[in-house]
Amino acid sequence: MSQSAPQLSWRLLRVWRRDWLVTRKSWLIGFMTPLLEPILYITSLGFGFRILIPEIQYEGHTLTYVVFMAPAIIATNIMYTAFMENSFSSFVRMYYQKTYDAIRATPLSVDEIIAGEIMWGATKSLMAATIMATVLSLFGLVRYPTGLGLLPLAFLGGLLFGAIGMLFTAFVKSIDMFNLPIFLLITPMYLFSGTFFPLENLPNWAQSVAWALPLTHLVSLARNLCLGTVSWMNVLVSGGYLLAATMLLVPLALRLMRRRLIQ
Amino acid sequence: MSDNVIEVREVQKRYGTFTAVDGISFDVKRGELFGLLGPNGAGKTSTIRMIYGFSPLSGGSLRVFGHDITTGWRDVRARLGVCHQEDSLDEEMSVRDNLEIFAGFFGIPRAVARDRANRLLEFFGLENREKASVRELSGGMMRRLAIARALINEPDLLILDEPTTGLDPQTRHQLWEKLARLKNQGVTIILTTHYMEEAAQLCDRLIIVDHGKILVEGRPRDLVAQFVGKQIIESSPVCEGLRRFVTERGLEHEDLGHRMLIYCKDDENIYHEITKTYCQDNCILRMGTLEDVFLKLTGRELRE
Repeated sequence: MSQSAPQLSWRLLRVWRRDWLVTRKSWLIGFMTPLLEPILYITSLGFGFRILIPEIQYEGHTLTYVVFMAPAIIATNIMYTAFMENSFSSFVRMYYQKTYDAIRATPLSVDEIIAGEIMWGATKSLMAATIMATVLSLFGLVRYPTGLGLLPLAFLGGLLFGAIGMLFTAFVKSIDMFNLPIFLLITPMYLFSGTFFPLENLPNWAQSVAWALPLTHLVSLARNLCLGTVSWMNVLVSGGYLLAATMLLVPLALRLMRRRLIQ
Repeated sequence: MSDNVIEVREVQKRYGTFTAVDGISFDVKRGELFGLLGPNGAGKTSTIRMIYGFSPLSGGSLRVFGHDITTGWRDVRARLGVCHQEDSLDEEMSVRDNLEIFAGFFGIPRAVARDRANRLLEFFGLENREKASVRELSGGMMRRLAIARALINEPDLLILDEPTTGLDPQTRHQLWEKLARLKNQGVTIILTTHYMEEAAQLCDRLIIVDHGKILVEGRPRDLVAQFVGKQIIESSPVCEGLRRFVTERGLEHEDLGHRMLIYCKDDENIYHEITKTYCQDNCILRMGTLEDVFLKLTGRELRE
């Protein structure tokens, strides 16, 4: 039960199914947020900045601000959705509802519970990204077929940010402590990952820092997929970064949660 | 295969430097209702958790259904049900959904799950509340649902950690009746409780543990007969004359200051002698109980 090699099987889908069935009960809230969020952003930032920022230079392309910013709304939402799910929501299930304790009386391992939870977080990111991309498509802000790449990207990004959320769940003593990673990690990423302005506007050292952060790669890929300007180099570097980070952090999250839960 | 559903051998559980379970051994036989008693912090929950593979053992060996729990925990858990001390139901879900979703963890097909949920809802008198969310249920209903959920995989072994704590007497008695019926259906049950009356009524056999060790093991009635006798004289307040009498006669007793228990070991004449000479009104002759055994063995000072 406490071996260092993860004990994983397809049973993790049973945890995923549980989360799906429970979330389905309040589907309207889950559906409305990604539906309205892009509309709010586009109307506020689009109309608000239209006169201040007539156009923007991005990797040799001249774009309107809305076209530049829209893909970042999807990318940041992918980050927030999975991170929140596997930090606050997973903590509630673990600590207050004792859901994990209950499942640990069935033939499921701790690894399967946590992996199922991370997979569920990624699924939520995927669902939200699908709805948001659909809305943005109606405004002509997503090019196809490259735009379809947003779907696997959302799932991969969801796995990564879910694992990051779960890493903190493995440590925090109380639910309020999640404000710390949000303040120190998530919010700075939200502001400095090429989301609202091109990274080229930053000093060189800050650009280097930004490229070390996962959201920068998620935004870069999302933007190039939406614009139809995605290159193999882009996929290789940023996709490779996200994939490698996921393959590193998911097992780490499993390991740390095992340490927290198995006593 | 032996008749033992659970075989615990020299099992230890340590948390850092603290030893919660200190080398205990016992068996639970098929079809038995087995009690695990002890004061708070005695090691009951730690023991229970090792039985279903929730906590790894720090030492010793533990077999359930003949499987070593450390390696065969999946097979074991498929055949057992656990009702935790703390409620772990899905609050926002309905009563029925709680049962059917939990069935999913055992890989039970949906049609079978629905069928079993129907039967369990009826068995526990929850059929009229199947659509209610757990948040709307009373404490007693929640506990019934938690036990129903533990039965969704039709387990051969049911583990109940303080199932009746905090319930009113009506609900408690009703639960006892349900447990007796489950036992008649052949389910082996292991139970922890702080209610000695409950243990005395329900348990075929029990152990009393304290400081991680087993103090005694046996049938409730045998333990009462062995440690306190069938009858006890209780006097409150205690007069000096009685104190002298008890010491002179060398009677086994416990002097609690304002109250005295005299273990008269079935010698009724002692009671008549005492009431005649010392305290007509302050003395009663009553049955010895498991609670007397428990307090005698584990002491009367507060725990934790």
